[in-house]
Amino acid sequence: MSVLVYIENIEGNFRKPSFEIISFGFALAQKLNLPLVALSIGKVSDDELKLAGKYGASRVLNAGNEKLSVLSEEAYASVIAQAAKQEDAKVIIMSSSFAGKSIAPRVAVKLDASIGENVVDLPETGGSFIIRKGAFSGKAFAFVELLSDVKVLSVMPNSYKVVENPVQPELSVFEPQLRDEDFRIKVLEVKRATDKVSLPDAELVVSAGRGLKGPENWGMIEELAEVLGAATACSKPVSDSGWRPHSEHVGQTGIAISPNLYIAVGISGAIQHLAGVSNSKVIVVVNKDPEAPFFKAADYGIVGDAFEVIPKLIEAAKAFKASQN
Amino acid sequence: MKILVCISHVPDTTAKINFSPDNKEFLSSGVTYILNPYDEIALSKAVDLASANNGTVTVIHVGDAGSEPTIRKALAIGANDAVRINAVPRDAQFVSKQIAAYVKQNPFDMILCGRESSDHNSSSVPVMIAERLDIPCVLFAKSLTIDNGNASIESEIQGGKEVLSVPMPFVAGASEGMAEWKIPNMRGIMSARTKPLLVVEAVDAAVHSGIHHFEKPAPRSAVKLIDPENAGTLFEVLRSEKKVI
Repeated sequence: MSVLVYIENIEGNFRKPSFEIISFGFALAQKLNLPLVALSIGKVSDDELKLAGKYGASRVLNAGNEKLSVLSEEAYASVIAQAAKQEDAKVIIMSSSFAGKSIAPRVAVKLDASIGENVVDLPETGGSFIIRKGAFSGKAFAFVELLSDVKVLSVMPNSYKVVENPVQPELSVFEPQLRDEDFRIKVLEVKRATDKVSLPDAELVVSAGRGLKGPENWGMIEELAEVLGAATACSKPVSDSGWRPHSEHVGQTGIAISPNLYIAVGISGAIQHLAGVSNSKVIVVVNKDPEAPFFKAADYGIVGDAFEVIPKLIEAAKAFKASQN
Repeated sequence: MKILVCISHVPDTTAKINFSPDNKEFLSSGVTYILNPYDEIALSKAVDLASANNGTVTVIHVGDAGSEPTIRKALAIGANDAVRINAVPRDAQFVSKQIAAYVKQNPFDMILCGRESSDHNSSSVPVMIAERLDIPCVLFAKSLTIDNGNASIESEIQGGKEVLSVPMPFVAGASEGMAEWKIPNMRGIMSARTKPLLVVEAVDAAVHSGIHHFEKPAPRSAVKLIDPENAGTLFEVLRSEKKVI
């Protein structure tokens, strides 16, 4: 028996969400007194694979088959299910990234398993197996009991800290059975902005709303984000007006995020917006209206005009960063 | 072209969320229920595709008779007919099995869903339907066009997007921006009353999970105001008090 973590790579490299998943998997495996096995799919170097050992994976399976070099959710789900059977995995864990959310439910069906999505904490395992997840778009948490023998979990980025537990991992090649049907979707084009911080798993987010008056004023938001190493986001009216892409919209019908720091500029804080950001660890609100409802949900507030406050924040952020180096 | 749209019935996005004293149940009294906003985008897209491709739109829902007003709303927006699988939705495995069982008997060219429901936010049902039917799924579809029996779908990925060619039949999850919201007009509302709504009984399906209890997030402590003249002190404060930077 084992705990299996599927760790995503982006162009051959593991990133922080993958190390969070291994750290989470290690802690859960300890609770269950089971070994932790990591599975990587696609082309990844041995040096990179060994990194999984740093966070506690004692075995690393490498499904490096050339056909798997481009993400196919169907094929990846099949590979994960096959690995889970080989390793007799009782819990299969992955990130609730775009890919993870598209893969985990397939794995759960293949294994007739219970699924716990968007998990934000280590599960309770004494007797019942209970996971905690966000529900009602951030307005509550649901504790869900997973009843089946095998469980599939997807874990929210930024909800579990990376912890080092160095072991020398045993690397082994994993050769799954592949079906042509699992490669029905053809990828015509991939557009990745590698120079920008990705929003769903960003630790710091700078977001702005209608208070900025127009898309031409986003330069200062982007500058503040760049200085801080933050991702940029926006409110719904902003993406609806086409000022910013829909992919930046955080809120009830946009994406839900849980960064360490969320700075909201010129956003009033409608309940639908709060739903998407209420899991942020610290919220800073900049708004010239002292009555803006967002101040009630914030840890820090600056009542002032964004056009005066943000340039000051940029200067201060630069000085702060310089003092840290 | 036959399009199926899966819909769920959720508390209004502005509703206050309350639970029973033991926190085991969501209290629905006094709460208005709506068509899940993401499903409404999927439905709007389906109505557009059907009118451009001489197709039909069926909506399907797993729930009891209490959700019929939501189903009628979907018919008013432009679906041709509706199916309600008469069962209390238990979990994603259960719901996906019900819908897949119906589709196996009544095939569709395309199944559109919202990418998540605004109550459970799990995103599992669309993917599980696809897995049970052994067809492709694009959960985070941003745009969708049909050309010669193939769909071209722009999909969100980590740090960007990709363009996919997807053969029919398939499942796609709708996000904001995929279609313009449709507001039902008077003719739609009138005709919705007489459009067919078929009620079918559920198939046997195992339950894999259950709600143990709910909890509301701990309220934040009162906001600390920082003088706008000294806005720059923010980062020192964030470092010393919260260690988030």
